[in-house]
Amino acid sequence: MDDRNGFEERLREARTRRGLDKPQPNRGSLPGGSWGIGFRAGVEVVSALVVGIVLGGLLDRWLGTWPWLFLVFFVAGGAAGVLNVYRLFTPRRGA
Amino acid sequence: MAAEGKTIDALSQFELTPVLGIVGHSVGFTQSNALMLLAVGLITGLMMYGMAQRSLVPGRFQALAESAYEFVQGLVTEQIGDEGKRFFPFVFSLFMFILFGNLLGMFPYAFTFTSHIAVTFGLAAVVFVLITVVALAIHGTKFFGYFFPEGAPIWLAPIIVPVEIVSYLSRPVSLSIRLFANMVAGHVMLKVFATFIVLLGGLGAVGPFVATLPLALNIALVGFELLVAFLQAYVFAILTCIYLHDAVHLH
Repeated sequence: MDDRNGFEERLREARTRRGLDKPQPNRGSLPGGSWGIGFRAGVEVVSALVVGIVLGGLLDRWLGTWPWLFLVFFVAGGAAGVLNVYRLFTPRRGA
Repeated sequence: MAAEGKTIDALSQFELTPVLGIVGHSVGFTQSNALMLLAVGLITGLMMYGMAQRSLVPGRFQALAESAYEFVQGLVTEQIGDEGKRFFPFVFSLFMFILFGNLLGMFPYAFTFTSHIAVTFGLAAVVFVLITVVALAIHGTKFFGYFFPEGAPIWLAPIIVPVEIVSYLSRPVSLSIRLFANMVAGHVMLKVFATFIVLLGGLGAVGPFVATLPLALNIALVGFELLVAFLQAYVFAILTCIYLHDAVHLH
């Protein structure tokens, strides 16, 4: 068993030396090339904006304050979209 | 059908039509529902039939069932940790349902039920309710600290809290739009290039030769769509796991 473990270890080292093993992607990283990442970033921004607009509109209709809360949540939605994209590219905290 | 009027009709493939005759018509049972039931039946059949033998050296179906199980189990334990094991049945059903929905949609004459925002948003809403309930059940009112990071100056709260709430609420929306948009875009592209084949094929003597170009592209697209079918089911499952991780550990 020890021999076999040692062999696996040496094999992995040799493979890493020759660049045969690709470095393992980080935990929590999603697959996807540049198109995938770009598409994901776009979806995050759009969905945050949509949520902000809908939320602001609904609150305005409820409270009768059109268009003030709509404007506030439009900006908040844009900021949340940027925040989502920022979170997409920063590694997750903790483990 | 698509090319009869010399026009490209790429969106009629997403129309719902009732099946099962008059009964289906009266209760609104469409081909989308039929394929959902088929997907559930196939998944259940795969797991039941595959694991019926329980042999030490797995056969084809057992190997398929086991690899699907181990794939999702690895995903769940790696993302959420040991607490994630109790969410395994949920993530597994979600992953298999979306995967089979995407793959069944690749068959000719089949319907892709994941190409409807109502379906994907329904799934994402279930995920959203689950992560909120889990976070509230584990952390109680501390959950609301999620919307205001520790150490931030208190006068920033009116700015940070709405932004964080909108960001949190945008999770199910982005989750559902991603899956829906990928499936719609892929099937529209397939249909458009398939229509090109028919239109170019009718161009007299050179037609059949020119038509091989969109045909070749369509073959490549089918392969690409199979990749997307797997990838989007995987992305949906892994994002569910990431959200569950946030709900369990709350940071």
